[in-house]
Amino acid sequence: MKLDAKIPKGPLAEKWENYRGTMNLVAPNNKRRIDIIVVGTGLAGASAAATLGELGYNVKVFCFHDSPRRAHSVAAQGGINAAKNYQNDGDSVYRLFYDTVKGGDYRSREANVHRLAEVSRNIIDQCVAQGVPFAREYGGLLANRSFGGVQVSRTFYARGQTGQQLLLGAYSALSRQIATGGVEMYNRHEMLDLVKVDGKARGIIARNLLTGKLERFAAHCVVLATGGYGNVFYLSTNAMGSNVTAAWRAYRRGAFFANPCYTQIHPTCIPVSGHYQSKLTLMSESLRNDGRVWVPKKKEDCKKDPLSIAEEDRDYYLERIYPAFGNLVPRDVASRAAKNVCDEGRGVGATGLAVYLDFASAIERYGKAAAHAEGIHNPSAEKIKELGRAEVKAKYGNLFHMYNKITDEDPYRTPMKIYPAVHYTMGGLWVDYNLETTVPGCFALGEANFSDHGANRLGASALMQGLADGYFVIPYTIGQFLSKEIRTPKIQNDSKEFMDAEQDVKSRIDKLLNIGGNQSVESFHRRLGKIMWDYCGMSRNAKGLEEARKMVQDLRKEFYSDVFVPGSNDEFNPELEKALRVADFLELGELMIVDAHDRNESCGGHFREEYKSPEGEAERNDADYTYVAAWEFKGMDADPALNKENLEFNDIELKTRSYK
Amino acid sequence: MKLTLKIWRQTNANDKGSFETYNLDNISTDMSFLEMLDVLNEQLVTEKKFPVSFEHDCREGICGACSMVINGQPHGPMKGTTTCQLHMRSFNDGDTIVIEPFRSRAFPVIRDLVVDRSAFDRIIQAGGYISVNTGQAQDGNAIPIEKDTALAAFDSATCIGCGACVAACPNASAMLFTSAKVSHLAKLPQGEVESTKRVLGMVNQMDQEGFGKCSNTGACEAECPKEISIENIALMNREYLKASISSDKMG
Ligand SMILES: Cc1cc2nc3c(=O)[nH]c(=O)nc-3n(C[C@H](O)[C@H](O)[C@H](O)COP(=O)(O)OP(=O)(O)OC[C@H]3O[C@@H](n4cnc5c(N)ncnc54)[C@H](O)[C@@H]3O)c2cc1C
Ligand code: SF4
Ligand code: FES
Repeated sequence: MKLDAKIPKGPLAEKWENYRGTMNLVAPNNKRRIDIIVVGTGLAGASAAATLGELGYNVKVFCFHDSPRRAHSVAAQGGINAAKNYQNDGDSVYRLFYDTVKGGDYRSREANVHRLAEVSRNIIDQCVAQGVPFAREYGGLLANRSFGGVQVSRTFYARGQTGQQLLLGAYSALSRQIATGGVEMYNRHEMLDLVKVDGKARGIIARNLLTGKLERFAAHCVVLATGGYGNVFYLSTNAMGSNVTAAWRAYRRGAFFANPCYTQIHPTCIPVSGHYQSKLTLMSESLRNDGRVWVPKKKEDCKKDPLSIAEEDRDYYLERIYPAFGNLVPRDVASRAAKNVCDEGRGVGATGLAVYLDFASAIERYGKAAAHAEGIHNPSAEKIKELGRAEVKAKYGNLFHMYNKITDEDPYRTPMKIYPAVHYTMGGLWVDYNLETTVPGCFALGEANFSDHGANRLGASALMQGLADGYFVIPYTIGQFLSKEIRTPKIQNDSKEFMDAEQDVKSRIDKLLNIGGNQSVESFHRRLGKIMWDYCGMSRNAKGLEEARKMVQDLRKEFYSDVFVPGSNDEFNPELEKALRVADFLELGELMIVDAHDRNESCGGHFREEYKSPEGEAERNDADYTYVAAWEFKGMDADPALNKENLEFNDIELKTRSYK
Repeated sequence: MKLTLKIWRQTNANDKGSFETYNLDNISTDMSFLEMLDVLNEQLVTEKKFPVSFEHDCREGICGACSMVINGQPHGPMKGTTTCQLHMRSFNDGDTIVIEPFRSRAFPVIRDLVVDRSAFDRIIQAGGYISVNTGQAQDGNAIPIEKDTALAAFDSATCIGCGACVAACPNASAMLFTSAKVSHLAKLPQGEVESTKRVLGMVNQMDQEGFGKCSNTGACEAECPKEISIENIALMNREYLKASISSDKMG
């Protein structure tokens, strides 16, 4: 199939403006007759549902949570980018666009990214008007901070709870629409299939999680805003419930899945402490501003008390390998370096999978400066430490507190232990400029689509993308599809297509409940995660990927012969919910491996060991791989088909990233 | 460590429910409380039994999903901490731990430790928002807001909607939750405009949902994992009084 991204003609900076001005519209009286299903109430889904409701469409919105306010977006900490240039430090729409394309290692679509940068400014205005309590300066104006290696301060934040505050803003807008009746909310409903009628997306099959009843919902189109799939790795910083099912079911119904192998691994997370670990906690990357990363030079020192290891026996490996950027190299580079030293057997902690993040030098440096400022001559070493710890506390107190709560260690005295963890998935459903998938009438927003971050996402830009898609893009672009549907009568939910889809879901559920094996769903998920992490995680190679594909296939077979799912379908049954999700992860995992195997280059979060410079750095292959890999489902027994969307860069020159 | 757990088991809203006792061995002090329950559940599944249902998602103290009463305290013994952020080192080897759902007439039990808190969503729908459509906003810096005002609004806005305040209150009142939202919006100039309508709508909905009256015991504030201040309730009472008078006048 020839992929058409439907990028509007004209100069980059004018595309969106012109397109919006000439787009097909749906008249208000027709909007009232059109039904839209939105799945997901994170930043992307809640903002889309609220806005479409305001416009007068009949919206039904779904989430598996007990309340829309609990979507995973709530956990985002750091902030949201916008090209407001309030700091007058040279920021602009072009600069945000440029940083995002470059940060994505030149694997995203220029036109989408430019539009994102343009509407970023409206997002802040909208959120302020809703009452989002962003941080402010003493003069009462909005405050900014800088984030993730860019040269301007464009990140808006609400303490360490930006995601929560933005989500509560979108949730309040959604609640207002629910109150007016324009939007109908279905909480505790999980979408388990997409229904197509005459080739168009016309509804979903959802399971009522309270009763187990399968319900058929029909509409003129379906919008998926169901988040990312990082939990395929079992352990990640994602919320426990995050899953791929909605996107995966759309894929199986004909929506292409783009760049599934692009995964972001965040370098500073609290390491795994034991076999029963359920999830991983992020420690803000701002800590790398003052912390020095090291491991012992000698393997035999790894189990020793770090304070007893002499300076000359420590390997500050980031400073050694990357003298120009040192501890501040980008996320992907820092993560790989930590993995390498641990693979060499020089990792620390109980599991050997951790590196130190040490604040001793910072404490000493700040302590000396403070002593000097206070006019203390010849301060004792203890006095310096005391003053230094106070300075560090002022900067990072809340993070140190959180670290202490989880690990019971005092990072003011002994170095923190950190290790990389899966954090975000850049891949997702392929969408065109309208955010429409390859199934007409099925749209994908937020982390569930692939469109804006290429092979690596910059900090504070996922929140921006979710809200851009939901508030400012889909409300317009959905009209391109719906304007042709104004004569389509109400879609009935009892056609053959709906009944067949419901039956399919029912068989999936019955199958799982009838296996009656001996292993828990959790144990399969854990094993899948380990395969993915070992072979399709921070670094990959062709041979390992080939083995891993076989391992995932075998694991899937074992799952369908030996999993045990307790209870029945007709009750509140969280184990069954998990089984359905893990079943889909077991299929997605294989596609990620196939994609990683196909991409014979290293770019962003995708590092192939065969494609690196003599110094071990990632090497892109622009001549052969400047494309989006959009995979097409061909049945469980056949290989998926690769469709390529070639990326054209007219406004940016492709360069190699170097941090040495 | 070794533990004895007494957990409330209830199959559905109509079931009477009762406590069941479980013994666990080899629990690491580094585990979180929910990871300890994961271990129990994995054990139950291996014995082909139905695991204990409990609600959870972020496991970082921010989504508000986790909700259980541990030894008589909503979210357990640690101040300012949700259940998911509680670690087993807060307990001792050999302890017996009693685990129950958040109980309140307005939060019917769904299964075991899972309760229905959708009443909170309906309270928000009754006015917990500022009426602004997408695209109608002026520039974000058009209304400067004093830093202290923004911080005060933020403090009220950090409520995670968990319902511990209701579970802690002897009257099962939802005043802390409702007042946190009323205050967050009333403290900001953007939210002031609709404050009369908002407070009347939300308080009315709160009463309709069957939450009890507030008798100032302060138990909500003591158990709130986000340490939402009881001053929010005082502010809401003032807003309510003002609103009742002005709506009386409007007749
Ligand atoms: C710890 C952490 C910190 C982060 N910090 C930042 C940050 O500082 N800045 C930043 O920009 N980004 C950050 N991110 C990334 C960002 O939070 C996410 O990418 C973004 O919030 C995703 O939003 P979303 O709306 O696409 O999906 P989500 O918020 O994941 O929402 C998914 C929704 O879909 C629903 N759903 C899913 N499947 C189904 C189904 N089958 N049926 C029914 N409903 C379904 C869920 O109930 C939920 O409502 C962070 C991520 C993590 C993990
Ligand atoms: S006020 Fe506190 S206890 Fe009550 S719902 Fe909010 S966060 Fe939970
Ligand atoms: S699981 Fe999210 S607050 Fe506890």
